[in-house]
Amino acid sequence: MERNIAQIALFAAMIAALGLVPQITLGFGVPITAQTLGVMLAGAVLGARGGAAAAGLFLLLVALGLPLLSGGRGGLGAFAAPTGGFALGFPVAAFATGLFVEHVRLRSAGLAAGLGAAFGGIAILYVMGAAGLALASGKSLGQAFLLVAVFIPGDLLKAAITGLLVQALAKLRPQTLAWHRA
Amino acid sequence: MISLTSPVKTRAHRWPAGAKLAALCLASTGLVLVRDIAVHAAALAVVAALYAAPGRIFLRAGLHSLRVVLPFVAVLLAWHGLAGDLAQGVLVTLRMVTLVALANLVTMTTGLDALVELVHRLVAPLRRLGLPVHLLETAIPLVIRFTPVLVARAEALAQAWRARSRRRPGWRLVLPLTLQALDEADHVGEALRARGGALGPPEQE
Repeated sequence: MERNIAQIALFAAMIAALGLVPQITLGFGVPITAQTLGVMLAGAVLGARGGAAAAGLFLLLVALGLPLLSGGRGGLGAFAAPTGGFALGFPVAAFATGLFVEHVRLRSAGLAAGLGAAFGGIAILYVMGAAGLALASGKSLGQAFLLVAVFIPGDLLKAAITGLLVQALAKLRPQTLAWHRA
Repeated sequence: MISLTSPVKTRAHRWPAGAKLAALCLASTGLVLVRDIAVHAAALAVVAALYAAPGRIFLRAGLHSLRVVLPFVAVLLAWHGLAGDLAQGVLVTLRMVTLVALANLVTMTTGLDALVELVHRLVAPLRRLGLPVHLLETAIPLVIRFTPVLVARAEALAQAWRARSRRRPGWRLVLPLTLQALDEADHVGEALRARGGALGPPEQE
């Protein structure tokens, strides 16, 4: 139990660290922060409940005024901003990613995690992000979605990386992936 | 870890955090419901005055944290303008800027300790329902402590990478970082258990 709390707290710190360390940005042309990679990883490693708890804890600290969102943003304004839907979607995305890996039994842990990350960290997250943008901008959901769709290639890359990382974790630390039966 | 609370002490720093948060909720809800452009322009003017009141340093910090909204302001104004609906665009952008500025204002004038205390009181009823919200008191300090630790670890990994390669490290640092975080979680879990556990008997407090 203590270990679960420590893991949730450490993954919340991971989500923050991945958004803050400039060396980890994924560059192709434009720099893409790895913050949502942290969200995907939290769901894929800790499972639905643990992942959602880690992402929720991260958001709580952002709301308390710590500049932990990528680019050093934070505070209550981050939720009122047009991108607030994405921030609020983090726990849901981690939960959906965890739900996928826990219930869709695949032989390869990496494949399950990659697909789960694409489901939770892209499909679910973008619905919430586009809804938030639509509310803030007075545009329709479809138009808002077009505006954020430019970021999807970068996030597909992150989902693939999540798959690779979890595949490696399944070999190096199989005991951390509670949902995976070798 | 540095919070976004402004070091410039204002009168609002002493107001209760709960009152400020409630006022923010009321003002934000009101702004979302009103569709009169004059009201929104007035609201933005009032917020701007609030930012300017404590002096230049406070104003500059406030404007700095508003920068992230600027691309959206530009895109939305252009989009609505092209659609021949500039009035709607102006309304939407005014509202967007005011909402974010108001929320930032609460963050800038409320200390981390005051907000943690507020969370503590807000979740107290949930605890009576049997939710393990007291775990937050263990988890919040852990995240605040370990975020800089993990950032430092990532930077050390990046340095080690640079000593060996001319390419950018990028995502390749994430696997060793994750392993370190998982090992650290094991240590912290054991340390918590050795000190009587994060759970603690509920009647202890």
